[in-house]
Amino acid sequence: MTLLSVQDLSIRFKTPDGYVHAVNNVSFDIDAGEKLAIVGESGSGKSQIALSVLGLQARNAEVTGRVLFNGENLVGMSQPTLNKIRAREIAMIFQDPMSSLNPYMPIERQLNESLELHEGLKGTAARQRVLEMLDAVQIPDAKNRLRSYPHEFSGGMRQRIVIAMALLCNPKLILADEPTTALDVTVQAQIMQLLEDIQKEHGTAIVLITHDLGVVAGFCEETLVLYSGKIMERAPSSSIFAAPSHPYTRGLMRAVPNIHDDNATLFAIPGQPPNQMLQINGCPFAPRCTDAIESCVNTIPDLVGTTHKRACHRPAEDLS
Amino acid sequence: MNLRRLMNQPDFTQAVAEEMLTSRSFWADARRRFLKNKMAVIGVFFVGLIFLFAIFGGLFAQYSNEEIDWSLLGNVKEQGGPSLSNGHWFGVDELGRDLYARVVQGSRVSLMVGFIAGTVAVLVGSTIGAFAGYYGGRLDQVIMAAYNITISIPYIIFFVVWQAFFGRSVEQMIIVMIIINWTAGLLIARGQVMALKNREFVDAARMLGLSDARIILKHILPNMLWVIVIYTSIAIPDMIMTESLVSFLGVGIQEPATSWGALISEGASTMTFGTLWHLTFPAAFFAVNQVSLYYIGDGLRDALDPKERK
Repeated sequence: MTLLSVQDLSIRFKTPDGYVHAVNNVSFDIDAGEKLAIVGESGSGKSQIALSVLGLQARNAEVTGRVLFNGENLVGMSQPTLNKIRAREIAMIFQDPMSSLNPYMPIERQLNESLELHEGLKGTAARQRVLEMLDAVQIPDAKNRLRSYPHEFSGGMRQRIVIAMALLCNPKLILADEPTTALDVTVQAQIMQLLEDIQKEHGTAIVLITHDLGVVAGFCEETLVLYSGKIMERAPSSSIFAAPSHPYTRGLMRAVPNIHDDNATLFAIPGQPPNQMLQINGCPFAPRCTDAIESCVNTIPDLVGTTHKRACHRPAEDLS
Repeated sequence: MNLRRLMNQPDFTQAVAEEMLTSRSFWADARRRFLKNKMAVIGVFFVGLIFLFAIFGGLFAQYSNEEIDWSLLGNVKEQGGPSLSNGHWFGVDELGRDLYARVVQGSRVSLMVGFIAGTVAVLVGSTIGAFAGYYGGRLDQVIMAAYNITISIPYIIFFVVWQAFFGRSVEQMIIVMIIINWTAGLLIARGQVMALKNREFVDAARMLGLSDARIILKHILPNMLWVIVIYTSIAIPDMIMTESLVSFLGVGIQEPATSWGALISEGASTMTFGTLWHLTFPAAFFAVNQVSLYYIGDGLRDALDPKERK
């Protein structure tokens, strides 16, 4: 069953110098309980997709297309209506746990807010739920830490609290925007494990936004590769990691350091991402692609395929 | 004023934000630092004394502030000076009224105008500034236009016109002071909110589905409370100064009510006749109060400024 269907989503930002096209005609579906990874480099528009699903895009953003959640279009929905969906149906986990909690509020009050707003829970009932949730995200001695301020917790702990906050109203979809980027590697693994446990227990769908391929590999069933606001490839993670079929994805895989490789120099894709101020009529990766042919520059490739979808003019067999 | 310039610097704001995240208890720490500042503590002591004087000083007055001492009238210069024996501790004024009782009355008015108008003006200004900073765009433009118009009105003329319509009383004084000073704290609050609204915890609050008003009041305001505290501490002596200035010029507080400014004005007009106490008592109260308040403001800034931390 399709939970969230993003159809032809485009996001552009109005700036004094013209429009910045951050996301161009992106479409994808996610089923209830599914885990989807959106992978891309900085500026590829992955966070903007997540923000615009919740209507949290910047004020100068123009969002077109449709985002259907349970059949309702979220694009252009009024803020008060969106407020009823936020946290209760779709929640988001932000990148930096150091700054995503209010430094002046004890954590209990921050956690209570959404409960009170969405479910009218107060007093001991609310405290009970908060405690259960803090236990679920493995905050030790949660009972005595309800009145603590965010700065009294470590980074990993804070991210657990942020996750607890997102889960509190039992949303059907969680958008995790680089939830482990600001954390060190061991804590990263714990947080990913926690997300996986929660997903199993509650059947929540998770969209994991990241630039870390290693995090994706073990976590998500499906992976979507984004470049310059366009989908390059979408396939089951096993298939994408075993046989990347888009030149950009291949470049990304080669850019990951390998412990068995003695070669000291790391591969980097030559060139720079395109200027997003310009509308591009071809594949955005074409200028950096070693396999580009003339049609790559002139025509935008469609995303085609059944389970393994790719947007490339050249068949995978022909690529170098 | 260098304090204002300092608060407008982005790295200062940043440093404070970091301080909030690392210190165990920001306000407890600030209090400790404030108490270490000798001048600020002395300032609190003097302002406290002046407050006690304004509130309870009347109980010790031997005469009422309205009553004319006929035995001294016409003879103020020779016998109307400060005296412990006849109970006129600060002497009598030009009209033979007890100056001690008049200074108590003036202190009450000046402090009331300063503290009420100062606090309300900063609250109004910073709330409006917070909304301007949060929403930006058209609302911000309208508010900034109103701000620019307000600061370009010559306030003494505004006083005269206002009082011609609504009369001259302490209440009207407070109202008109709030009206001409509603912009106090507006720019500071606007700038603070502009910086704070891009922090992730505000996005997180929006993600939770909280309303804008709730986000501003519960998430943004507590994070900039320290700025408002500092700003209020500068606004209060500024208000007392303005009040005294307009009263000195004869526009503000009028007989039979009085204030420090009005008393200084009367004293200044008679000082050439040798009745210097008419000027010195109210001027001393005024000066001690202002200097103390400025030192308190300075101490607050040092206490809340993480860079001062050793």
